[in-house]
Amino acid sequence: MGAQIRVYKRRIRSVTATKKITKAMEMIAASRIIKAQRQVAASSPYADELTRAVTAVATGSNTRHPLTTEAEHPTRAAVLLITSDRGLAGGYSSNAIKAAERLTERLRAEGKEVDSYVVGRKAVAYFAFRERRVTESWTGFSDNPSYADAKAVAAPLIASVLAETEQGGVDELHIVFTEFVSMMTQNPVDRRLLPLSLKRDGESQDAAGPAKTEALPLFEFEPSAEGVLDALLPRYVESRVYNALLQAAASEHAARRRAMKSATDNAEDLIKSLTRLANAARQADITQEISEIVGGASALADASAGSD
Amino acid sequence: MADLHVELVAADRNVWSGEAHLVVARTKSGDIGIMANHEPLLGVLQSGPVTIRTSEGGTVVAAVHGGFISFADNKLSILAEIAELAEEIDVDRAERALQRAKAESDENGERRAEVRLAAAAGAH
Repeated sequence: MGAQIRVYKRRIRSVTATKKITKAMEMIAASRIIKAQRQVAASSPYADELTRAVTAVATGSNTRHPLTTEAEHPTRAAVLLITSDRGLAGGYSSNAIKAAERLTERLRAEGKEVDSYVVGRKAVAYFAFRERRVTESWTGFSDNPSYADAKAVAAPLIASVLAETEQGGVDELHIVFTEFVSMMTQNPVDRRLLPLSLKRDGESQDAAGPAKTEALPLFEFEPSAEGVLDALLPRYVESRVYNALLQAAASEHAARRRAMKSATDNAEDLIKSLTRLANAARQADITQEISEIVGGASALADASAGSD
Repeated sequence: MADLHVELVAADRNVWSGEAHLVVARTKSGDIGIMANHEPLLGVLQSGPVTIRTSEGGTVVAAVHGGFISFADNKLSILAEIAELAEEIDVDRAERALQRAKAESDENGERRAEVRLAAAAGAH
């Protein structure tokens, strides 16, 4: 066997091994999307009811609360960015990071300082490499977030919204995550969580939210409108963060499935073209061998004819 | 008797939904019972058992840890971060949790375990 074929055979073997791995990752991601989607669906009744309740309090009372009133001169904003812990998901993390950078840029242009809160090792690495300050970061649960994780993420955000601006408090809270539209489509989006902008609620909240146009009845509050709002808003932020984490997880799996699918397809193409090349090399070897034999035989014949 | 529609939802799932004629829950200022055509209400719940008397005449008890109750248009929703139906509660585990919480004087843990046990006892 010629050296050429051996090289091709070796490459085919290595590409086949890679293909097996990417195929397995593709199938794992595909099975996890279903689970993640189910979790998003399971969390939406809570989020919907909570949104309805928040809207009810905010419109049905004249309470002024730091979480619902716009600061006159907002000077600081917090941006929560959700990315993945692991790579091999195509442009998933970098698209989310880009969206966050655009938002940060816009907020800076409006004269606001931006505090970054990040979820996922990819974003942490991005900020660390550029030596940019991250106020707080979390890793380790991006592909399967629990409500406790969402609470852990939301707690410092709520605390900094409630704090006075002079003491490091923020006036606005934005969240950047990858919205799960369908198996094939995931969009990085930025949403302003706080202060609540009720006019925009109809379109800005997730599609899962109920229509906000329905007339809301006048509520009786127990113990009081302020008390309810105080208790309600942190839960609202938590549930929004939870929903964003779940959607991001579903998007991550979908992005990984797509990336792994195209890697598998590429490996197949590569194997096909390498096989063609190996076949051609084998054929060339055989042709050469035949012509060598024929050449040798005719040289022998010539030599024996000359000696007669 | 007029009925109201009840949705009991936890952060990560829908725990129970159906028709009922009376729901009793514990708010910050005391127990509250809600029947159909109550005036719209939004209240903060304390950890405690929630009792639902269903239209079929049965009783559903759930342990609810914090959350809200909201009622409007004969629709009642109980939102809780954690909510468990009485029959889902593992009494032995709750008792162990109670012992542990007492030993560690963990008030929140103690309260949670007590609520669980109370709900489980209420159902049987």
